[in-house]
Amino acid sequence: MPSPRAFLLLWLPAILAAAAVLLPVAYLLFRAADGGDAAWVTLQRPHTLDTLLRTAWLCLAVTLVCLLLAVPIAWLTVRTDLPLRRLWAVLTPLPLVIPSYVGAFLYASALGPRGLLQGWLEEPFGITRLPDIYGFPGALLVLSLLNYPYVLLVVRAALQRVDPAQEEAARSLGHGAWSSFWRVTFAQLRPAMASGSLLVVLYVLRDFGAVAVMRYTTFTRAIYIQYQTALDRSAAAVLALILILFSLVVLFLESKARGRANQLSNAASNRTPQRVQLGAWRWPAAVFCAAVVFMALLLPAGVLLYWLVRGWLAGQVLDNATQLIWNSVSASGLGALTVVVMALPVAYLLARRPGRASNLIGSITNLAFALPGIVIALALVFFGANYALPLYQTMPMLVFAYMILFLPQAVAAVRTSFQRVPPQLEEAARSLGRGPLGVLRRVTLPLLRPGISAAAALVFLTAMKELPTTLLLAPIGFKTLATSVWSFVSEAFFARAAWPALLLILTSSLPMALLVLREENDN
Amino acid sequence: MSRKFAVLSFILMVGLLLGACAPAPQPTAVVAATAEPTEPAAPVEQEAAPADPGKLVIYSGRSESLVAPIIQQFADATGIEVEVRYGSTAEMAAALLEEGANSPADVYYAQDPGGIGAIEDAGLLTTLPSSILERVAPGYASPNGAWVGITARARIVVYNTDALSAADLPADLWGFTEPEWNGRVGLAPTNASFVTMVTGMRQVWGEDETRAWLEGIAANNPVYYSGNGGVVTAVGAREVEVGFVNHYYLYQFLAEHGEGFPVRNHYLNNGGPDSLVMVSGAGILASGQNQENAERFLQFMLSQVAQQYFASRTYEYPLVEGVATSSLLVPLTDLNTPEISMGGLSDMSGSAALIEDVGMVP
Repeated sequence: MPSPRAFLLLWLPAILAAAAVLLPVAYLLFRAADGGDAAWVTLQRPHTLDTLLRTAWLCLAVTLVCLLLAVPIAWLTVRTDLPLRRLWAVLTPLPLVIPSYVGAFLYASALGPRGLLQGWLEEPFGITRLPDIYGFPGALLVLSLLNYPYVLLVVRAALQRVDPAQEEAARSLGHGAWSSFWRVTFAQLRPAMASGSLLVVLYVLRDFGAVAVMRYTTFTRAIYIQYQTALDRSAAAVLALILILFSLVVLFLESKARGRANQLSNAASNRTPQRVQLGAWRWPAAVFCAAVVFMALLLPAGVLLYWLVRGWLAGQVLDNATQLIWNSVSASGLGALTVVVMALPVAYLLARRPGRASNLIGSITNLAFALPGIVIALALVFFGANYALPLYQTMPMLVFAYMILFLPQAVAAVRTSFQRVPPQLEEAARSLGRGPLGVLRRVTLPLLRPGISAAAALVFLTAMKELPTTLLLAPIGFKTLATSVWSFVSEAFFARAAWPALLLILTSSLPMALLVLREENDN
Repeated sequence: MSRKFAVLSFILMVGLLLGACAPAPQPTAVVAATAEPTEPAAPVEQEAAPADPGKLVIYSGRSESLVAPIIQQFADATGIEVEVRYGSTAEMAAALLEEGANSPADVYYAQDPGGIGAIEDAGLLTTLPSSILERVAPGYASPNGAWVGITARARIVVYNTDALSAADLPADLWGFTEPEWNGRVGLAPTNASFVTMVTGMRQVWGEDETRAWLEGIAANNPVYYSGNGGVVTAVGAREVEVGFVNHYYLYQFLAEHGEGFPVRNHYLNNGGPDSLVMVSGAGILASGQNQENAERFLQFMLSQVAQQYFASRTYEYPLVEGVATSSLLVPLTDLNTPEISMGGLSDMSGSAALIEDVGMVP
């Protein structure tokens, strides 16, 4: 039995967090049952199997492309003498701040069969039509370019911690530079690549914007079509339940791919490894980074600027957006804070008190991992309006929704850093006379700090872009940059959407860039 | 040193944002700033207002960029404290169905007959007084009086003027199933307006004929888009040459791109369901706390002022007599539209299933 204090500080918040995640699941079961036979007919349609296969295929392809982009960039920006290394280190994670529902429109208008690129090519080369990007290629392009930073951030952090001693040992045993990289460093990066890929897959499962604009029917698009077009909540619930099963399979695969994460080798290596001299490869490497930054950041930002200027020349006025910025930042900041605070006890139990009870809590918090925002929003509309009316459509309710949406992401990040704090270190501090809270403050929290700030930054960014729960659950009249962008884009006011979209990207870029810079300086 | 710098800059950033927030206008003022100066703020029925005009909560399935200015005018004129939640019509409808009798909403304003029909079918709307219903022609309100049309939009064909002239276009949508239109047509199969048109087709043509039309179009390699805006963009870029959309999108593009934007509307005007005119509609929630203000709001939306706003700012068709349609549009009275009651257009799921079944949702 846990002590009363451990129960209050650890188990109770963790159990509450798990109970919160069960709300949308309970709602889905209720709605699916409510639909009776009609809902089960949805299941038996041949489309449902097609959708399953298409979803799996897109997840796999996006993950592969993200790994191919992110792992080389992570290695180049951490371990080599790449020209302008710090610049690339700051710029390459930034595409994460672009919402996919905007990004997809931007890529479609830039690279579509008759888009901006084709316009530039027509005069000199006589190209009147580019190949169609709609469907799988477009969805792959948008989701890969906007989500590779998930892998990049996790792998970068891991690379910075890899103990160079092992690599040096491999070299001294006669392995060449490449061989020791593959055998030692790459092997140590495996858990990081697995958890980065997991974040990518779950984003792809949950994304609506990119697949809608590019017209590739994944589960989430099928769910949206049931809500948006057919107005059929029961069929949507059946599809969402299948999506939960699918995400459980993904989580299982990830835990396999992670392998037995090696705790202690990561422990406390503060030595900076020697930077690899790239020699003649310096310039191709820099061109690679430049190309990725151009495609994933400059191109979408450039199209937004083009829309903005075109609208401005046609007489559009830039709206005063200070209130929107403040609303976005305060709701997302509050969300990030709450999610991280709730993630700490869950992550601690998973890392330090492995057992049936903590594993059950861990699995439950993962159930809503891939559910699209609209499902979680409607579940909370149902429970909020019918059982918690005083809280309904208040800020605490919105923050609560953010917690259900983003908890697993934060747990994963904090859990990894708990694994990097050897319990022996805390025991040593205890034996030297510190009380439990003193140990927490002086030993555990400082060591957890990188994990906590990474988790907070990820949640903050994702909340800044979040749309469906903000629309349905925020206090009435509460508008954010994201809802404002959506309001314009949905009516095809592209020029007017460009301004809040650019502000959204700029506001989210600041904490992102600061996070990377601090990481850089810590090393 | 460097960490201090990072912490300092973070504090600075938060400080800047806080500072920027302090003199920030109220949210309502932001809305007001968005609205371009339109018609002079007209005095609305200056009845002897009670001391406290009270509140009104609106769920709007219509976009803020289209309706916020006119709702603000209502609030200014009446002194009523108006709160609006914006979302898509379908999401708002789903939320209302989940909320049931506990909904904070007084009024639901939907983009299409399907969205408001779903709320009517759930029995959540109250019957409107005849003083409201009588302001529009009978076909433009719910047959049971549960909701009233506010504006109308026509289904039309947009075409690229560099590629085609209006004379090249067929007389009805069946014409686009001919081989010569292979690969030249764009449409948005998951868009509520398209689905509503298919519901109209099912009513007039029947299931089999509608399926045959959908299959004919699907077999002609059309390009599918996520919404009407995407279709008009594509027609403008000549990615496709014609598109099936609502009439009013074009005018936003003309405002943003200038008159040179190479797209124009073509009205089929043949009396069939492919010339459908659909309404946006509003109803009053039976559970609402502010019934009187809700009725005042609907009266206002059907007033000359509001109808004129929609006619000249959003290029929709006004539904109230005596309000001039934008000179850019073919007047509603000159349109040869099918005899379909808007109340019969609410079966979205049957049409959506049919559209999916013919393979239009890849």
